[in-house]
Amino acid sequence: MHDATGVASIGWLMIGLPALGAALLLLGGKKLDKAGPYLATLLSWASFVIGLLILLQLRGKSPEDRGMHQHLFDWITTGKFNLSAGLQYDQLSLTFVMLITFVGSLITVYSLGYMEHDPDKRRFFAYLNLFVASMLLLVLADSYTLLFVGWEGVGLASYLLIGFWNWNPAYATAANKAFFLNRIGDMGMLIAMFVMFWAFGKVDFAGVNAGVEHAGKGTMLAIGLALLVAACGKSAQFPLQSWLGDAMAGPTPVSALIHAATMVTAGVYLIVRSHVIFNASEDARLAVCIVGAITLFAGAVIGCAKDDLKKALAASTMSQIGYMVLAAGLGPVGYAFAIFHLLTHGFFKAGMFLGAGSVMHGMNDQVNMRRFGGLWTVMRITWVTFGLGFLAIIGFPGLSGFWSKDKIIEAAFEGSGWKPWVFGLTALIAAGITAFYMSRMFFMTFMGKRRWTEDVHPHESPLTMTIPMMVLAIGSAFLGLILGPTGIITDWLEPVVGKHEGGEHVLGAAPLMVATFVLMVIGVAMAWRMYWRDAVPVAPPVGSPLTQAARRDLGQDDFNQAAIQRPGLHLTRALVFFDNKVVDGVGNGSAAGIGGSSARLKKMQNGFVRTYSLTMLLGVAAILGAVWVVR
Amino acid sequence: MTSPATFTQAHISYAAVVPMLVIFGAAMVGVLVEAFVPRAMRYWTQLGVTFAGLVASFLTLVLISRNNKGITAADAVVIDGPALMLQGTILVLSVLAVMLMAERFDTRSADAFTQSGASVPGSPMETNAVRLGATSTEVFPLVLFSVGGMMLFVAAGDLLVMFIALEVLSLPLYILTGLARRRRLLSQEASLKYFLLGAFSSAFFLFGSALVFGATGSIKFGEIADAVGKVNGRDDILIPGMLLVAVGLLFKIGAVPFHTWTPDVYQGAPSPVSGFMATTVKVAGFGAMLRLFYVALEGLSWNWQPVIAIVAVLTMVVGAVFAVTQTDMKRLLAYSSISHAGFLLVGVVALNKTGLSGTMFYLVAYSFTTLAAFGMVPLVRSAGSEATHLSQWAGLGKTSPILAATFSFLLLGFAGIPLTSGFTAKFALFSGAVGHGATWLVVIAMLMSAVTAFVYIRIIVLMYFSDPTGDTHVLFPSALTGISVTVGALATLVLGVAPAPLLNLAQHSSLFLR
Repeated sequence: MHDATGVASIGWLMIGLPALGAALLLLGGKKLDKAGPYLATLLSWASFVIGLLILLQLRGKSPEDRGMHQHLFDWITTGKFNLSAGLQYDQLSLTFVMLITFVGSLITVYSLGYMEHDPDKRRFFAYLNLFVASMLLLVLADSYTLLFVGWEGVGLASYLLIGFWNWNPAYATAANKAFFLNRIGDMGMLIAMFVMFWAFGKVDFAGVNAGVEHAGKGTMLAIGLALLVAACGKSAQFPLQSWLGDAMAGPTPVSALIHAATMVTAGVYLIVRSHVIFNASEDARLAVCIVGAITLFAGAVIGCAKDDLKKALAASTMSQIGYMVLAAGLGPVGYAFAIFHLLTHGFFKAGMFLGAGSVMHGMNDQVNMRRFGGLWTVMRITWVTFGLGFLAIIGFPGLSGFWSKDKIIEAAFEGSGWKPWVFGLTALIAAGITAFYMSRMFFMTFMGKRRWTEDVHPHESPLTMTIPMMVLAIGSAFLGLILGPTGIITDWLEPVVGKHEGGEHVLGAAPLMVATFVLMVIGVAMAWRMYWRDAVPVAPPVGSPLTQAARRDLGQDDFNQAAIQRPGLHLTRALVFFDNKVVDGVGNGSAAGIGGSSARLKKMQNGFVRTYSLTMLLGVAAILGAVWVVR
Repeated sequence: MTSPATFTQAHISYAAVVPMLVIFGAAMVGVLVEAFVPRAMRYWTQLGVTFAGLVASFLTLVLISRNNKGITAADAVVIDGPALMLQGTILVLSVLAVMLMAERFDTRSADAFTQSGASVPGSPMETNAVRLGATSTEVFPLVLFSVGGMMLFVAAGDLLVMFIALEVLSLPLYILTGLARRRRLLSQEASLKYFLLGAFSSAFFLFGSALVFGATGSIKFGEIADAVGKVNGRDDILIPGMLLVAVGLLFKIGAVPFHTWTPDVYQGAPSPVSGFMATTVKVAGFGAMLRLFYVALEGLSWNWQPVIAIVAVLTMVVGAVFAVTQTDMKRLLAYSSISHAGFLLVGVVALNKTGLSGTMFYLVAYSFTTLAAFGMVPLVRSAGSEATHLSQWAGLGKTSPILAATFSFLLLGFAGIPLTSGFTAKFALFSGAVGHGATWLVVIAMLMSAVTAFVYIRIIVLMYFSDPTGDTHVLFPSALTGISVTVGALATLVLGVAPAPLLNLAQHSSLFLR
């Protein structure tokens, strides 16, 4: 890889400018209340411009030596372990830079309108800039360690933004949950790095990739699985998915940016970036496929049962990222399509989230779709832009999702044996379910009869909000057509992720396309019957056991509680603590605070020395006994 | 008839041991100050003597001892890389801890300590003592004696010197623990408990030393190491002896199941003393343990590694799980320190140079963060006393943004978030341990650090996302606490961003002499 020249030599400014913005806005105080948000927006766009110039610079070179590397500083230098912090500009990272800065900047513009009346908006824009900076660091980093810094940075920003309206305790809990499940993912990341360090003595991409061919299968599998755990945490994949639905507590632009378009796709980036490792371990790839397939199916089922507009979109995000993870797990055949779907999804899902925000803006922040209906008459722009996103995601021929998702389904059918059938059919059937739940969402919100509550007066949102929606809608419509059938995206990414020679399919491309189309039509038709033609009841019907399970997120939380919380954490006792704090915390607190109340202190101090010394003695006996037995 | 044993005078390299002599000398001066200087002047005089002693000791360490490494005083004292590195760490931490102990707020004597330890709280005797201007300055010489003991502990060359150093460092701590001004009963109970259990563990240590001597014929680490490979058939004495010695050390660092005293003592002791114990004593205890296992007992690693590994697992799990259920800040920090001790034991089990340097780096990083955290506890008050119940910390993000932000940063450091020292330290420690038979330990350590992360994040949530309870207020600290906490927090940041110099130092220092 070459040293960075030209515009790329100031590429670090892409990260530096938004980081500076975040610092200025956080430290600047009330003086920046007015100008701050505009400054944040400007800096975000500046990053986009630099990214675009670097992209053009890369395009001017021959495909093989497009990658550039920039050394920033020596981070950890000790005897045999040297780690420098550097940035890497190649086709993959630049693709992400474009998505992050473009969608991110659009959403910052949208937030100017959406958060206009929020007293704390300076803080909000500071967090947005912090997020953009961290996310760019994540994708531009040249080592797993530096990537991890960005990885934690986006986690922190996401956490701060989910809990932004922290006056609501439930929101704070949601933020907490997101953070905790992400920590489990981070653990995977750390273990992966430790194993890399042990096996290769290096944790930078170039060093690890160079070492892979000499490493054993077991090592590769261990690293691959640990990376998969990391990806599951960040990308809300099974079994660490349950935080995403709750994360919808954050302001809607946040859901669009972080929990749809960018941060949650970091896991996909991680897998594709580590493709050398995954190429070397078929078992690790299989695990990735299984996780992706389970998530894409579960997300689709959950999406069918949610009445909360944002939570339904969140379930859909989970499902779509499941598609990307599945594609990444398929190996060289799928890497490029995973990234391609990630791009198109970034546009249409962000667009729909912004549309949802616009609907909420007009409907007094309601999210219950059963109280929507017929909104197309009053919110024309939102209706059209959301509609384009909707058509794109269900894979309507010609629109973006059609080009990217169908490619993944097609790739899943490649190969021989049981795998293509299982993964292919899962992806195919879930596409039908996707058509159903997305149509359900669209029809319940915009079509059919008005079921509004009495106090709402829906209206179209201001231009700062609708323009970004229009731009994203254009992307939803045409991005796939521009990049997909022309082969631009696959050719562009080929030097990074490797070339794939077409293989055997268990099912041909033409029958697949027909099958996908038929399933989509069936899905839409069923939704039309139930949610447009027939009246939608305002109160949710009891529903089948499956519906009920899906409403409870297919028992995600129950699962977490049984598998993570209860045994490991004694969380029940922690909850008792929270109860105490809320209910009688004040009483307890002051009692404990007064030093003189010795009776109470004695009660707290019920550990007797004799018990303690007995514990020690038993410990000694156990140690000596164990050694005696072993010998 | 046996010939009379010839007595050869031990040669002492004063250049190597001068830092310890300075500390003990300063402690003696402190005792004299307590006896002869008028009460009104004692606070500043003692402070001056203590800081002068600590700084002078550090300077002699860097300027003189560093160039005079070696085994001296008839093999009783070993001044080598690890000893110097850990002695220096102990001295720097002690300066910061003394600053915390000297905090007076707006009163006339150190705020954390009672002026009349023997009297019943609130009794006429105490009132009388305060009226007569009784001081609490005896804590400073006590601290110096303890520091001297710790410095000898990490440099001990044989089992007896190690035992003596253990007692020298422990006895002042027992007294310091009982000197809290507020919640005196809790403090005195903790002191007695610590003393009784400490005596109990010392007995194990001593008995173990006797068994090791019986098996190898020597108490010197170098000779024990040589003998381990040669003596046959005495393993039945040697191995229990080795494990009993280890128990004495495991007690000091608060490893499970010898940890029971930790939460009670940290809670009862004055907060700056808890901070002092949680950091310097841990540094000293791990220094001694590393020397014992890496020098004297390396040849027996097949026997002790599994035991220490299981103790490490227990320590990590108990520390993390119990931290979740704590409602008292000081007890929570105590359990947090227990879980960190578990992480550190992973480095001990690794038994290689990277493990050694990683452990030392982790000790430094952890200590700065911990000391700053304990330094902030006394600032949060309720009804004139420290507000240590977690519910009293609710909403501090709104009422005291600087305190809450600093404390949150320290907690993120504990949790091991990148760009804090906690991350680089975990990285240095665990990357050295992976692949040296300790990989499974690292996996458990990562799991448990996820659990402890939950604990720390919960406090941040409490401070930022809950409403203040009303009766909690935050004192404005003097420059002493201010500097100490700032240094701790800055170290947490700097060691996260630019850890290279200290990592290099740890790596260059990771060679034991024997």
